[in-house]
Amino acid sequence: MRLELRGITKRFGTFTANDQISITVEPGQIHSLLGENGAGKSTLMNVLFGLLTPDEGEILIDGEATKFADSGQAVRRGIGMVHQHFMLVPVFSVAENVVLGFEPTKSLNRVDYKRANEEIRRVSKEFNLEVDPDAIVENLPVGLQQRVEILKALSHDAELLILDEPTAVLTPQEIDALMAIMRSLADAGKSILFITHKLKEVKAVADVITVIRQGKVVGTAQPTDSEAELATMMVGRNVELTVEKSEFTPGEDVFQIRDLVVRDDRGLIAVNKVSLDVRSGEIVALAGVQGNGQTELVEAIVGMRTVESGTITLNGRDVTNESPRKALDNGIGHIPEDRQRDGLVMSMSVADNMVLNTPRRAPFARRGTRNLSAVKENAEQLVQAFDVRTTSVLATADSLSGGNQQKVIVARELSRPLQFLVASQPTRGLDVGSIEYVHRQIVNHRNEGNGALVVSSELDEVLALGDRIAVMFEGRISGIVDPTTSREDIGLLMTGSGAADQ
Amino acid sequence: MTDTASTSPPVDAAGESKPGASRLWSWRPSGKSPVVVALLALLLGLAVGAVVIIVTTPAILDAWRSIFHSWGGILHALKVTFDNVGAAYRAIFTGAIVDPQALWHSITTGQGWDNTLTPISETLTYATPLLIASIGVGIAFQTGIFNIGANGQAVLGGIAGGVIGSMLHMPMVFHLPLTMIAGVVGGMVAGAVPGVLKAYTGAHEVITTIMFNYVIYSFLLFVVLSTPFQQPGQQNDVGRMMDSTAQLPPIFGVGSGLRVNYGIFVAAAVVLFAWWFLDRSSMGFDFRVTGANPSAARASGINAKRVIVFVFLISGGLSGLAGMVQVASTTHFIDGTFLIGNAGIGFTAITVALLGRNRPMGIVWSALLFAALGVGGRSMQAATGIPLDLATVIQSVIVLFVATPVLVKEIFRLRDTSASTLELATKGWNS
Repeated sequence: MRLELRGITKRFGTFTANDQISITVEPGQIHSLLGENGAGKSTLMNVLFGLLTPDEGEILIDGEATKFADSGQAVRRGIGMVHQHFMLVPVFSVAENVVLGFEPTKSLNRVDYKRANEEIRRVSKEFNLEVDPDAIVENLPVGLQQRVEILKALSHDAELLILDEPTAVLTPQEIDALMAIMRSLADAGKSILFITHKLKEVKAVADVITVIRQGKVVGTAQPTDSEAELATMMVGRNVELTVEKSEFTPGEDVFQIRDLVVRDDRGLIAVNKVSLDVRSGEIVALAGVQGNGQTELVEAIVGMRTVESGTITLNGRDVTNESPRKALDNGIGHIPEDRQRDGLVMSMSVADNMVLNTPRRAPFARRGTRNLSAVKENAEQLVQAFDVRTTSVLATADSLSGGNQQKVIVARELSRPLQFLVASQPTRGLDVGSIEYVHRQIVNHRNEGNGALVVSSELDEVLALGDRIAVMFEGRISGIVDPTTSREDIGLLMTGSGAADQ
Repeated sequence: MTDTASTSPPVDAAGESKPGASRLWSWRPSGKSPVVVALLALLLGLAVGAVVIIVTTPAILDAWRSIFHSWGGILHALKVTFDNVGAAYRAIFTGAIVDPQALWHSITTGQGWDNTLTPISETLTYATPLLIASIGVGIAFQTGIFNIGANGQAVLGGIAGGVIGSMLHMPMVFHLPLTMIAGVVGGMVAGAVPGVLKAYTGAHEVITTIMFNYVIYSFLLFVVLSTPFQQPGQQNDVGRMMDSTAQLPPIFGVGSGLRVNYGIFVAAAVVLFAWWFLDRSSMGFDFRVTGANPSAARASGINAKRVIVFVFLISGGLSGLAGMVQVASTTHFIDGTFLIGNAGIGFTAITVALLGRNRPMGIVWSALLFAALGVGGRSMQAATGIPLDLATVIQSVIVLFVATPVLVKEIFRLRDTSASTLELATKGWNS
């Protein structure tokens, strides 16, 4: 399929999200759309997918002007989309989600689950995306949920596949596999529009690169261009791709986990006898593919999940199974994995979100009555100090871009007195500039002599931040290595196969 | 199209239309304002009500049936239609707010003020307990809790107030506050049961509160038929009369005939409390965070069980107070039909809270509107023979349109028709 976008313009009020964007995707081509979050990539894709109507411009498919009234038409026209924010029914099974809207039926219009399951098995086998067709989606970790999204698009026989930040939750090996799939799909004549802000992936797989910034096409680039060149084009200024860290001088143990066992929502053991130490002045990076128990481990540390056995010790004091409130008061900072679900109240103001977990602390409240001017003042200081871009501290959190939302959380957590910081996927979905910023904040926190545990499924992040790297696989620590270890070796540990070497 | 220049917006020298000037030509109110939406919903409610009047009034139908019998038949039919619909709405207005003729008479002669002020007095009397119960329901909604049990809580509050007000005897300074506290406690008890069930077993509050309503209705019958409380010398389901020391006295004195009473100060205090609680208190902040995002509430260390129990205590307590105010300001005794059926202010409170978007001041206006429609509807029934149910139709249509703001915006072609700007007020069902 040959897709052409001509002069697409989309405005939201006075804000122009897409300004005269024109791109062409040839059949059999992997066209990469590179841009920071908030650059307008997702808006453009929603226009293409019929979820938004453009104010100007037209969409041509194989030379024919097309308008989609809804996403169903786009799907029938052969456009498949893997969204950045999952569009799944949480209470449905994997199979039900994949066939949703296109269910195979038996007599009397009953859904043919057997055929649905076979279809899933066939597609997952073909593309090496293994997932249990009977699992309920809401019980799956984020990583597996994304797999379901990819499966869903692939099972609808898409001619043009739009992948919106698809690799965020995959291991290096899985990313390689996905790249291979994308390549083989392209060789089979399918067109692929690959949206990302990850320079390595673009260089690895793209045939053509279009860079957009602030809603405009700023140019096209070649996969042979250097990462620094691409980054500069994308951000509009020079970017430091590595984080500068002071020399590693670990102190005493601040945080210890001993033989921790935690169950997931289905009652299965998710964290299996994990032991881990974090010293002051140290960042321990916990690598691993999503869904190997990291989420449950972090929830146990911050008091949101019951520990079955084992202990968690903070500064020599046993804090196992204390409530989230106690964990907060103990000085455990938490940057949650899903910021919109656990970190923010989107309908509330930036100022309220800045005190979300300390609303009763002086001077924000006295004897049960909140001091709104103190709350506002606090937010104004933090917005300044942490460079949060917002029109006002009274603007609601959902008016902020993803990067700025994350900065609100980082500001809130790092501005209160902490004993220990747990950051879970702290830069997921953020643009290069914000990643740089968040990393620097976490490193500063460490440089001041504090301990931190950073959980990430992005190898770049793990390598950039970790003073030591622990790798988690199927609920166990499969190895603890130095940051000098090669990507391949860490990748092997992430699949459990390198464990024997340790 | 003949002269396009006259209809297009003025163009300035640069060739760009001025947004400010063009708005004068085609004024389109913003669909973002809930007040605009509510007022337009009222307009639609009255329009639908007019249709109902037309199709149910024999005089109007007869007039339309005979339009071909004489010249001017259509004009006659239109006149009959407007006369009837106009009379009905005039009756609602004069019955709920003020009769302009009576007002003029009172101003010029200084006489008959009682008569003139009766409609507004009745509306305020009716609005007072409704407002208190609606605030309770609204606070629950803001916390993501669907308190359908407000009526049962009000009944139990009324029972408690009725019992304490009639069975104990003491000076007013003690008796009235004690009776009010009894009402609050009664409501709290009725609210605590579904609250505790939800917090500790996860039982859905919609189911438990509905069921608990029936338990309380039966308890009401038991109480008013039981010997110590039954009105002496009565065989029927009538409770004892409250002591005058436990009643909310009329503001203008017992002799004036105006029923408007000190309950409105109680209601005003409740509104103030709700404003402080939701906007300023730490606990109210916990409530709102829980209502807006339960996951974030948990991660922020908010104890969900505690919030659930407390929201039921507060919501139930306010509903109970509403029931007590209802008894202490109007009938002064409870009977077996207390707040049952059409009189169920606890159910009306749900719609009033929704119409007021669960915010204290919004609820004040919507409670007054509902009270006015209820009181005015009765006058209309008396004056024109159109059944009181018309008022209910109008109320229901208003709520229907307020609950579907997109529809109102489409009908009136308001700017900004996106559904997202007016978030749904009811979140309780899915949480």
